[in-house]
Amino acid sequence: MINKVVSGAIEAIRDIEDGDTLMLGGFGLCGIPENCITALVKKNVKDLTCISNNAGVDDFGIGLMLQQRQVKKMISSYVGENAEFERQLLSGELEVELIPQGTLATRCMAAGYGMPAIFTPAGVGTEVAEGKEVRNFNGKDYLMEYAFEADFAIVKAWKGDTAGNLIYRSTSRNFNPVMAMAGKVTIAEVEILVEAGELDPDQVHTPGVFVHRIFQGADYEKRIEQRTVRTKN
Amino acid sequence: MLDKNGIAKRIAKEIKDGYYVNLGIGIPTLVANYIPSGINVVLQSENGLLGMGPFPFEGEEDADLINAGKQTITTLPGSSIFDSALSFGMIRSQKIDLTILGAMEVSENGDIANWKIPGKMVKGMGGAMDLVASAKNIIVAMQHVNKAGESKLLPKCTLPLTGVHCIKKIVTELAVLDVLPEGGFQLIERAPGVSVDYIRNATSGRLLADDNTPEMHID
Repeated sequence: MINKVVSGAIEAIRDIEDGDTLMLGGFGLCGIPENCITALVKKNVKDLTCISNNAGVDDFGIGLMLQQRQVKKMISSYVGENAEFERQLLSGELEVELIPQGTLATRCMAAGYGMPAIFTPAGVGTEVAEGKEVRNFNGKDYLMEYAFEADFAIVKAWKGDTAGNLIYRSTSRNFNPVMAMAGKVTIAEVEILVEAGELDPDQVHTPGVFVHRIFQGADYEKRIEQRTVRTKN
Repeated sequence: MLDKNGIAKRIAKEIKDGYYVNLGIGIPTLVANYIPSGINVVLQSENGLLGMGPFPFEGEEDADLINAGKQTITTLPGSSIFDSALSFGMIRSQKIDLTILGAMEVSENGDIANWKIPGKMVKGMGGAMDLVASAKNIIVAMQHVNKAGESKLLPKCTLPLTGVHCIKKIVTELAVLDVLPEGGFQLIERAPGVSVDYIRNATSGRLLADDNTPEMHID
């Protein structure tokens, strides 16, 4: 089995350079690659284009990279939870491309499936459609949207093995599997790293062929953005 | 006149046994509290969950288990989890029977605007554009008039659009209305104590209203 293991986040992101395009998994703060984000902040690479559904909060997730002004452009579907983000956007320091969530996910998927473009009805007749090819199939209009190209995809899984196979836990799966398939180089950080052979092949969500580097992460905070509970009578 | 919970209660009556339903943020989320007992309904959360359960008990929150509003939630017997691309696959292929979402404006031809106000910080459309472009049945929960008393049911939307020709039904604090395929708002029910004339005055788009339009029943 080909061994994909690296020592940690610093080694995993060693060749990410200024100006690179990164995909970062996660929905809100759920399932984000915390260790790699910390390493990217430490490395202080700049002018990054980040494809991620959200942009973190002020002091966590991609928000930490925004604080250091490492991000040139965000490609996201919803960015509402971050004051520093808003400031940089309004001052023109940060460029933002907002795209529908399903389009975002499917443009990742297309890249991972080796398809150059998709047709989706999302955004037809809105400003999202401006400048895009519209094609009619069976009486309904669809926009042509291109597959993303990313230098690196950085994902977080629950369990992984030394061959790079990944299993996600609960809704922290979100964008991680489609991004894992889409990077020219895919980096996976996992909570539990096991030897090849210890994962049931039937349970693998992302086959190791898509993963170039994997490491056992540490000190996961797993911050909850909206803690909502009910009380027992 | 209905409050937010009243709007949610009235919308809940539209949910049928066996429906898969996507609830948006705000009033639509409240609909979950009023789903009629005795029917089986599965709630979808577009980040990647079918079978959304109630909020967890205090101390049982799981950071890995959230809904599309980023709230901690629970699963139910029969729940399933999947990635976000697959989630929008089931939306696009119309496996979800009903989408309920909020709106800032709806036009008489069924266009909806709910994601952007020029001059204000734009947070993004999230999954709203995908949902309205694909759902076979969409009910909008919204205020009939804004704080200045101006109608939000318009001949044409003034705000940037989320989707076109997609809204079928609207429930507001004043009324239940269908959007007719040929255009226009058809008054179906009045909120308790609200007259047809009052609704006429609050609707700037083309309204078709029978003077004998019934008052709605909610408990």
